[in-house]
Amino acid sequence: MSDAPAKSVLLVGGTSDIGRAVASAYAARGWHVTLAARNPEAADREAADLNARHEGARVETRTLDILETDAFPGFLDALPTLPDTVVCVVGAMGEQARAERDPAHAAEVLRTNFEGPALLLEAVAGRFAARGRGLIVGISSVAGDRGRATNYVYGAGKAGFTAYLSGLRNRLAKSGVHVATVKPGFVRTRMTEGMDLPGPLTAAPATVAERIVALEDRPRDVVYVLRRWRLVMLIIRAIPEAIFKKLKL
Amino acid sequence: MKDLSGWGRYPRLFGPLTTALTAASAARLTAAAPGVVARGLGRAYGDAAIGRDRTLAPAGLDRLQGFDPDTGLLRAEAAVSLDDILTTFVPRGFFPPVVPGTRFVTVGGMIASDVHGKNQHNDGTFGEHVEAFTLALPDGRTVRCARDQNTDLFHATIGGMGLTGTILDASFRLRRVDTGWIRQTTSVANNLSDAIGLLSRTSGATYTVAWIDVLARGAALGRSLILEGGHAARDELGPRQAPFPPARAGRVSVPFDMPSGLLNAKTVSAFNALYYRKGALRAGQTSLVPWDSYFFPLDGIARWNRIYGPRGFVQHQCVIPEERAEAVLSIILERLSQTGTGSFLAVLKRLRAGTGLMSFPMDGLTLALDIPVSERGLALLAEIDGLVSEAGGRLYLAKDACQSRETFEAGYPNIAAFHEVRRDAGALGHMSSKQSERLGL
Repeated sequence: MSDAPAKSVLLVGGTSDIGRAVASAYAARGWHVTLAARNPEAADREAADLNARHEGARVETRTLDILETDAFPGFLDALPTLPDTVVCVVGAMGEQARAERDPAHAAEVLRTNFEGPALLLEAVAGRFAARGRGLIVGISSVAGDRGRATNYVYGAGKAGFTAYLSGLRNRLAKSGVHVATVKPGFVRTRMTEGMDLPGPLTAAPATVAERIVALEDRPRDVVYVLRRWRLVMLIIRAIPEAIFKKLKL
Repeated sequence: MKDLSGWGRYPRLFGPLTTALTAASAARLTAAAPGVVARGLGRAYGDAAIGRDRTLAPAGLDRLQGFDPDTGLLRAEAAVSLDDILTTFVPRGFFPPVVPGTRFVTVGGMIASDVHGKNQHNDGTFGEHVEAFTLALPDGRTVRCARDQNTDLFHATIGGMGLTGTILDASFRLRRVDTGWIRQTTSVANNLSDAIGLLSRTSGATYTVAWIDVLARGAALGRSLILEGGHAARDELGPRQAPFPPARAGRVSVPFDMPSGLLNAKTVSAFNALYYRKGALRAGQTSLVPWDSYFFPLDGIARWNRIYGPRGFVQHQCVIPEERAEAVLSIILERLSQTGTGSFLAVLKRLRAGTGLMSFPMDGLTLALDIPVSERGLALLAEIDGLVSEAGGRLYLAKDACQSRETFEAGYPNIAAFHEVRRDAGALGHMSSKQSERLGL
């Protein structure tokens, strides 16, 4: 342990499996972790787990609903200090078939994956830029790289988020603030439980967390958690639309 | 339908498995319908963790709830594994008060089976270190049980094989250790009488167990290696030994079922003789062993249960009261060597009486055997059960797969009291496993 004051990370969506792994990786590094989640009981449960696991850990919780965008500035200003890093793990796959016939469900999926995370990180970006440093990590998805019949509502939300992160990165490039886009690919979590996932393209939450924490030492712009995904998506994006539209993917 | 067979893969049983991610859903699923029992990591050898009608896996209850480094008090949800506890806390200088022979068990399972380890003669069972736990009852309520709160349920649940309700969380104290190394001393016993003598002497070692060559005959009947161990202090380590060696990674795995006959009298006899001679060479010497290979040698080999082939095996552990132990164990060993029904892992150990209503240990000696499943093997076990019963002993329920109702009833004197506590809790007929059905519990 060094004598320097501990760094702090705000983890938004901290009760998901990926969020839990990321929080654990930061706590293991001695960082102060603030878990922001919609369900305070679930967040407290994760915080207790991390505090028990890591010697000297200081993991705290805040309640935040990613759909209540008006609350974001107040939420950030109420934190005791502006964190060094913000990681946004929020996301919801929803149900594609339901989204096709239920506009309210589609809107919720879009807002949860795009509007909420984008507006929250926008509010963070302004504060980080004013300070002149900070790391913003947005967890997007390979599903946002190209729309497919089986999950385009979720994919469109993630595509929007990917574009937003890219724009933020461009805007902040000279401000000392770094913006990273992380695309995990398939991850073995509660969200994907019961799905038949291809082993070589499926990562463990801990692997996603390692790649995210590694950004603290070596900032990168776009991270595919498993490198082979970059190639897979390169091929998928290269397929001409006339052919792509007839494929079952 | 899932394959829910125990670790011995005998009997082969299938059934529906429901997973709970939170305490609330585990409680709801416990109350939802009768014929249910909770299952942790499925390391009970026989049919204990298989529900009569459905099985509840509270797999999501894997969070720690709190740890106080000053007192060592750990609060953990029921599906937290011993492996998780060890990898998290050994590097911080803490060790569980009791560990069984595998680290792939859950907190809930360790309480339900009231597991014991190599220090049972000194420190008792795991249950003796549990301060409190939360139990989900069949009527949907959850209650806290402790030594001064719901005491009947507390003592019935420790060793109660999940038949009082579903354990949701528990608290117990970890002990401080200076290093992750175990100081191990091997001594040789030339026969059973010597082995029992060596196990009875108070050497001050925290952990004592004997590995016994069950196929040795005649004057060598019961020849054993006595393995004593204790947590090593910092100043016992060499300059290049890290105080807390990391747990072994890169486990090898048994990729498929070995042929059922591979472990026959000849191969097991040869293995045992070799192991005995190798051990005898180390007699009197002291060595330092990392905690994981000392306590969990078999955990290094994933799915080791496949070496017994597709028919599976029965793990059989009995305890014989002190005064009859030597005589009865001699007969058991003679029968084993006569029939050539060898066991790779035969372990002899001294036990002291347990404290749970249905706890396995009593003052005496325990013998643990692995017997490959065959008609002859099962017949021999039935014969051994008769000897155990007649001597006033009993069988360990976490390993039991085939004992008769008579053997069970003769061995456990508190069945009526256990019955009463379960009836009061509404658990009778509701919390129910294949084992409890078989034993009429």
